[in-house]
Amino acid sequence: MKPSPRDTAESKRKITRRGLILGGAQLVFMGGLTFRMRYMQVEQADQFRLLAEENRINIRLIPPTRGLIYDRNGLVLARNEQNYRIVMVREDVDDVDEALARISRIIPMSPEDLARTRKELKRRSPFVPVTVADRVTWDQVAEVAVNAPALPGVSPERGLSREYPMGADFAHVIGYVGPVSDYDLSRLEDPDPVLQIPRFQIGKTGVEAKMEGDLRGSAGTRRIEVNAVGRVIRELSRAEGEQGADMQLTVDAGLQNFMQARLANESAAAVVIGLDKGDILGIASAPTFDPNKFVRGISVADYRALTENTYRPLASKTVQGTYPPGSTFKMVTALAALEAGVIDPDETVYCPGHLEVGNRRFHCWRRGGHGQVDLNKSLEQSCDVYYYDVAQRVGIEKISEMARKLGLGTRHDLPLSAVAQGLAPTKAWKREKRGAEWVVGDTLNASIGQGFVLASPLQLAVMTARIATGRAVTPRILKSIEGIEQPSGAGVDLDISPAALSHIRRGMFDVSNARRGTAYRTRVVDDALKLAGKTGTSQVRNITKEERARGVFRNEDLPWERRDHALYVCYAPADDPQIAVAVVVEHGGGGSTAAAPVARDIALRALHDDLPPLEAYPANQRREVEERFDAMDLMPPLPKPSPGRSRA
Amino acid sequence: MSYLEHNIKTIPSGWRKVLFVNWALVLLLTAVAGVGFMMLYSVAGGSMTPWAEPQMKRFALGLAAMFIVAFIPIWFWRNVAAVAYLASLILLILVEFIGTVGMGAQRWIDLGFIMLQPSELTKIALVMLLAGYYDVLPVKKVSHPLFVAIPVVLILLPTFLVLKQPDLGTSLLLVMGGAVVMFAAGVHWAYFAAVTAMGAGLVGGVFASRGTTWQFLQDYQYRRIDTFLDPASDPLGAGYHITQSKIALGSGGWTGRGFMQGTQSRLNFLPEKHTDFIFTTLAEEFGFIGGFSLLGLYALILLFCLSAAFKTKDRFSSLLIIGIAATFFFFFALNMSMVMGLAPVVGVPLPLVSYGGSAMLVLMAAFGLVQSAHIHRPRGR
Repeated sequence: MKPSPRDTAESKRKITRRGLILGGAQLVFMGGLTFRMRYMQVEQADQFRLLAEENRINIRLIPPTRGLIYDRNGLVLARNEQNYRIVMVREDVDDVDEALARISRIIPMSPEDLARTRKELKRRSPFVPVTVADRVTWDQVAEVAVNAPALPGVSPERGLSREYPMGADFAHVIGYVGPVSDYDLSRLEDPDPVLQIPRFQIGKTGVEAKMEGDLRGSAGTRRIEVNAVGRVIRELSRAEGEQGADMQLTVDAGLQNFMQARLANESAAAVVIGLDKGDILGIASAPTFDPNKFVRGISVADYRALTENTYRPLASKTVQGTYPPGSTFKMVTALAALEAGVIDPDETVYCPGHLEVGNRRFHCWRRGGHGQVDLNKSLEQSCDVYYYDVAQRVGIEKISEMARKLGLGTRHDLPLSAVAQGLAPTKAWKREKRGAEWVVGDTLNASIGQGFVLASPLQLAVMTARIATGRAVTPRILKSIEGIEQPSGAGVDLDISPAALSHIRRGMFDVSNARRGTAYRTRVVDDALKLAGKTGTSQVRNITKEERARGVFRNEDLPWERRDHALYVCYAPADDPQIAVAVVVEHGGGGSTAAAPVARDIALRALHDDLPPLEAYPANQRREVEERFDAMDLMPPLPKPSPGRSRA
Repeated sequence: MSYLEHNIKTIPSGWRKVLFVNWALVLLLTAVAGVGFMMLYSVAGGSMTPWAEPQMKRFALGLAAMFIVAFIPIWFWRNVAAVAYLASLILLILVEFIGTVGMGAQRWIDLGFIMLQPSELTKIALVMLLAGYYDVLPVKKVSHPLFVAIPVVLILLPTFLVLKQPDLGTSLLLVMGGAVVMFAAGVHWAYFAAVTAMGAGLVGGVFASRGTTWQFLQDYQYRRIDTFLDPASDPLGAGYHITQSKIALGSGGWTGRGFMQGTQSRLNFLPEKHTDFIFTTLAEEFGFIGGFSLLGLYALILLFCLSAAFKTKDRFSSLLIIGIAATFFFFFALNMSMVMGLAPVVGVPLPLVSYGGSAMLVLMAAFGLVQSAHIHRPRGR
């Protein structure tokens, strides 16, 4: 279609008009840009000149101060200690190799350290300071500062590093921190920028790792002026990050110290739980190690010594180790039977020393047998045959149900590393995991805490606490975060008949106090501090018929790793329970000889809040006990400050 | 055909065309490119490599392209506008499949001798097509809803494809370039008012869709917007660019720190110092005077284009020149706003100055179109 000339002329005018409007708008915008430029370059020039004339601005992250950890009485268990380090900013250094060589003349550095530093320098942005040497002495700092003109881009910095004043006592509880590894970074979806700070330390194990989110805090930023060679001239502005949250544990440092000392170099674990709130008052695993060594970078030799030790010092045996509970499990079987109504407490079972079931013979620990045994005697003297008989009537499902009710076979949610679930076996479990049908022999073994049953010392302490209170006491180790009290673990009523519980409690009292009780030797003579306990000796091997015939029965004749585990659980005081204690001595032999004395000392220490009174011990044992206490390397009694908000 | 045929005798032909080239515009373009060479030489620490020398070669190539395009009659370009548009659409789709991923975006096709960025080509092809469209459309029908809808679809088609790459900066330029041609062609005011309102709605939608599975933009684009709104939120990440860019610019003062004396850019404070952030180096080293001079050169280029647009007698030429000039304007306006902290970092280079092959070639070819319209306009003897 041919446009008319009039049409064309009019449209041309319109284009010109609109073109002018557009041109005008563009000009106005450019005017705006000019003003903005003038504003920045002329009016604000002084400010920017100041920043950029001979200095430049750098933005650096301020690592947050890690939260402190206190014990229940306000004693510091993990604090931040000031130290010095040397950092290097790559873009300000002329020759990295030359600079490193100069620094290593002042501060000795191993070839590995140097290689790591070089790698780090290459990896980071050129303006990010990289730590060359950590934990340098004040003299070395001074020497670096004096040599500043020869070392452009190198400067000393002050930093904080973690320190554990209680050393080895809390190694398994609090754990330790270490530098962020590539593995740590790769595990995180959206890593906190603060993790990019070279050698930033994060929790690796224990409470430090599990509560990392609260303890770490968030990074601040600071804008700093640096001169032409990169030295910091001054700080321009500072946006403080947030400090990590302080937290208080339920653990009593004094008790913990006593427990570690009492366990000494045994391969053993002990747990003390306060019954009112489920507070873990002490949780000791021996042998232990010094977490400070890990923070500072443990030497290969030290590390090898820890990993190659057969007593496994790195393992947290209280929560991670699971053991056949042995006779300490008998309360579970008895309670299950009482609740199911299949036994009467006064009903007796004849124990000839063994029981034939099918074509197998199940032995009692006492070869001669216990004769007629009722419920009370079965606990007091720990008769196995009684439980073989009872277990067949109750069945494994009811026993396991009771075990779970008492806190066995369930994972207690604590901020500790590697908390084990243990095992309260059922028929379905065996079919699924072992691919075999449950046989009656399995029930018999389980009834005396052998076979498939596994429990950690923590779970045994929880079980004892629940028997002592009748409540579902749940262990907790965090008392408060930033002063906010954490939920109590007092628990609700377990719905077990009081009559059944009182039968069990009486049996346990007799274990520790009746003349024929298995733990009579470790009785307490002070009426206000009496224990109610149960010994346990769990086999880690099968005793063959030949061994039995030959009479190889003595633990001492066996190599360490094949000896029985010694266990003892108790609550105290017997008439007004305050605490529950569980002690497991790995391959320690008999529960009454290896575990019960330890548990008694720990229970009395926990109740008395000081060294146990000698008067509580039977007169003929006092001398031995006193000598033992004298030999222990305990920390001096400390004044007990209230948990302060101040930082070390 | 129209009056072009009627007036054909008054249009220069053969070697006489050389006389009618707008030499002032050529000189201005060369001056701007010269500023670019200087800055690229400076940010490389006083070295022709790795940026200044290749850039010079590209500019020479660009000049050649401009002259070739300029000597081909403008009516040829009008006739191939639709073809160019279709070709660029196909290239945009192609880049989805065989494109090379660079800087987290799929934008390039490797042709062997040059990395082609089809979205650059699209900007010019779109303006050509729209100018051709309004050349054919009777003036009375310009504001008819149906005939407004057609160019809108033509604009949105490539915009959508570019946004998918993802390249927010170029898709913005496409929309704005197309809108300018429509505006210049005389489409009623009300449409633009409506689109502005809708645009505001879209921005709302973009933010509302964030975090859902059908979010419009990539996460990094959202983060850039966040950072623009609050640079302090990420001072060592994306906010770093803006903060450092402002410091470099501001520290220039009236006269700057002198050639090759800018510490901010030379000491690697700006990671994209040779591309998107090159203006900060200019402003740091030559101060307000330097920055203003470049802005002045750009303004003169726009002025020459506009006057050429008014002098041409046909709608296609006028609209094409206005469209190209506007695209050029949006280029540097967006880039400068970005480095001055007035706009989010969207990744738009400074035209003719930033290091980059595709953009330079396409822009020079576009100015070839301007020259062609200028040369081939009818003149009195």
